Amino acid sequence: MKTTNINFIGNRKISLTFSGILMVISIVSLSVRGLHMGIDFTGGTLIEVGYPQAADLSVLRNTLGNSGFADATVQNFGTTRDVLIRLKPHEGISSVDLSAQVLEAINKNTTTPASLRRVEFVGPQVGDDLAEDGFLALLYSTIGILIYVAWRFEWKFSLGAVIATFHDVIVTLGVFSVFGLEFDLTVLAAILALIGYSLNDTIVVYDRIRENFRSMRKMSTETIMNNAINVTLSRTIMTSFTVILVLVSLFFLGGQVIHNFSIALLFGVVFGTYSSIFIASPMALILGISPEDLMIPVKEGAELDSRP
Amino acid sequence: MQNHFPLWKNLLVLGIFLIGLIYSLPNLYGDDPSIQVSSNAAMAQDKANQIESSIKNTGIKLKAFEFKDGRILARFNNTDDQLKIADLLRDQLGNDATVALNLAPTTPAWLRAIGADAMYLGLDLRGGVHFLLEVDQDAAVKQAEDRYNDDIRQALRGEKIRYQSVSKDNGFIKVTLKATEDKPALLTLLGKEFRTLDITEPEDQTQVWLKLSEKEIRDTKKNAVAQNMTTLRNRVNELGVAEPVIQQQGDNRIVVQLPGVQDTTRAKEILGTTATLEYRLVDVEHDVQQAVSGHVPVGSRLYYEKNGNPILLDRRIIVTGDQIVDASSGMDQDGRPAVFISLNGVGAQKMGKITQANIGKPMAVVFIEYKVDTKIINGQKIRHKEKVEKVISVATIQGAFSKRFQTTGLDSPQEARNLSLLLRAGALAAPVDIVEERTVGPSLGQDNINKGMMSFAVGFILVVLFMIIYYRLCGLFANIALAFNVIIIVAILSMLQATLTLPGIAGIILTVGMSVDANVLIFERIKEEIRNGNTPQSSIFIGFEKAFATILDSNITTLLVAVMLFGFGTGSVKGFAVTLIIGLLSSMFTAITGTRMIMNWVYGNRRVEKISI
Repeated sequence: MKTTNINFIGNRKISLTFSGILMVISIVSLSVRGLHMGIDFTGGTLIEVGYPQAADLSVLRNTLGNSGFADATVQNFGTTRDVLIRLKPHEGISSVDLSAQVLEAINKNTTTPASLRRVEFVGPQVGDDLAEDGFLALLYSTIGILIYVAWRFEWKFSLGAVIATFHDVIVTLGVFSVFGLEFDLTVLAAILALIGYSLNDTIVVYDRIRENFRSMRKMSTETIMNNAINVTLSRTIMTSFTVILVLVSLFFLGGQVIHNFSIALLFGVVFGTYSSIFIASPMALILGISPEDLMIPVKEGAELDSRP
Repeated sequence: MQNHFPLWKNLLVLGIFLIGLIYSLPNLYGDDPSIQVSSNAAMAQDKANQIESSIKNTGIKLKAFEFKDGRILARFNNTDDQLKIADLLRDQLGNDATVALNLAPTTPAWLRAIGADAMYLGLDLRGGVHFLLEVDQDAAVKQAEDRYNDDIRQALRGEKIRYQSVSKDNGFIKVTLKATEDKPALLTLLGKEFRTLDITEPEDQTQVWLKLSEKEIRDTKKNAVAQNMTTLRNRVNELGVAEPVIQQQGDNRIVVQLPGVQDTTRAKEILGTTATLEYRLVDVEHDVQQAVSGHVPVGSRLYYEKNGNPILLDRRIIVTGDQIVDASSGMDQDGRPAVFISLNGVGAQKMGKITQANIGKPMAVVFIEYKVDTKIINGQKIRHKEKVEKVISVATIQGAFSKRFQTTGLDSPQEARNLSLLLRAGALAAPVDIVEERTVGPSLGQDNINKGMMSFAVGFILVVLFMIIYYRLCGLFANIALAFNVIIIVAILSMLQATLTLPGIAGIILTVGMSVDANVLIFERIKEEIRNGNTPQSSIFIGFEKAFATILDSNITTLLVAVMLFGFGTGSVKGFAVTLIIGLLSSMFTAITGTRMIMNWVYGNRRVEKISI
């Protein structure tokens, strides 16, 4: 790949507007529709059963309805032989015996009994804790990154990187909200991994900007940034491509349990790549980054001394 | 000389690769379905021989039979054989030994000798149950208050201090005396025997209010969790589970993981119940019917038998479950399910004294069970605790007995077995509540392994192909480094015996995609230097040099996030974080040092016209 010469910074209005629109859509959807939270966070019971042949869902729904589980949602999971039954935290019914009761109910009047593949019961208090821990992990990672990047680079870069990462997280969450995809613990893990990935990408570009600031002294900040983005462009795309390769493999072959995990990372990597090219550097520019910020200070206060 | 590693560096890198290779090897060997038999007392060789021959008599093929450290490990060819033999042995050995199902690794002896083991598979890969139990610490504090309440009353009687009442009120134990003159005596008593209690003297001079000190409340809560963990460990051992995990999580929660357990109902019953027994004398002097209509005599309590008949029992307890040191189940002379009980010294003495004095009178056995449910009512979490007390048997004391005796009146042999197990394992210090349960069936576990391996293999091959197509020979170098990266990750996971979960496999797959990034950065830099007119040799040198700082910075930020994920994640998410962290660290090593070494071998120390990059 030849080194390109695209004016990313000059066209920042277009990219920032595009991102702005994505952000607005995501935030509106997140506040209106919210996220389809999995039982990891809401609490409740999830039962996966397997049948030797394709399962008749309507019969199952009826059976469950007649046994007092009218609020159960029944759907296929991966194949037509696998069925996922979800129950909300139950009013008045003991939560602990629920899975046994459900299995008994669906196996009562049938010649082909289902085999239990998986049960997940999360008490409401645990759900709250998991949500809180997830939020804290997000918060502390963000703070940690702010400090590290500010220390290794400069606070404007640091803030720019965090804004770009924040953008990726919001838009990926937005995708989950708009399409009503289930948000569970593995997705939360994916979001955190995405933060790491998106930053990784951004840091590579910043690193080059820092280097250019020191080697291309005469140039304008805009030119320096454009050069940095362009010379790292093939690397940015290559790496994203290899990550997308493995994620696609994970998405198609990894099974239902980590389906949403792969979706979150797939979207995340695409947005992360986009933001480290189009958002992170313009953000630092808007925040007023200049070559002086990254000069190695030769003599501090030399100017002050010469003043009368 | 540019691009040349000194000998020690080559050897170091190769040495690390070799160690990685050896320690990742055990993962290539599979598992045998096996049965582990152990007993409390060390098993004798002839007993082991006896078991071996009884397995052979069934005609089922035994793959291997090991007897070591008083424990038997029998390996089978398939799970059907394993289950059949397990049932057989359980019937045969009864309470004498614990029969546990297990998957025994087939790692060769020379690898085991150097401590190389296969990775530890999480429950989502091997199947089993994960419970998170919450200990009701407040109940433990309340029990402590109850105990003080009784003790104080007893002490007052012992010191002949006349009191109006001793009652619990809002966290206080309120002592009301009959006369104020007795107050100094009360205070002396409290100072002597109840020093741990905080004393408040209200305006009313006949009263003294007592309260558990903050420290004691804290200790009581902490002890409740610690004691519950011990009890749960005992119970799990009784259940016969190989490699169980019992850990404290946070202040008041306990994680219990039972690999391979499928009968979750029984597991829950055994873990969660606080069943115990109490022995009381039957009150024969008062009329039961009067008690039913509301006039319960002072020294007695009203109970109900299993068939619903009311019965009056003496308020004082002869012995409680705490004093039981051993219990086993079986049949009595008439073929009814029974529990055979042994008491400790104190219990035996008391039992002996009371049975001696009450020959010919009836004694009752009370079965007590606390059941805890969390229900949601109007969006509020209400914890509902129910103390179920029923009289399971009433028998006339035929003669004095003390240490050993039997109790009948249980519904089924199963109930007798469960009760004896619970009595043996000890009581829970405070009720527990199952707040999280995750069960994975064995078929799903194998499914997850297969899917994980498949997506790993395909992802790996795609990346390898892509790297060769794009970077030619250098791509091949990167691929060799990538393969070693995976081997090292597996080796470290195996050495640490960290738990591998499905998200953990996803983490390894993700690492495969991301770790070539370091190589991409280096190669792009080398290409750039070549374009700038540098010689191939110095391009390689500068490329590695300049890319290093970038790789370090970008990886450290990712590492930071992975560490947060590890700190706050639970269960399978933690597994993901672990593989991510190990993967990041090892990929820095292999992608930088490993690739460099190979490139040095190929290009270093000679004139190079062109690099295949």
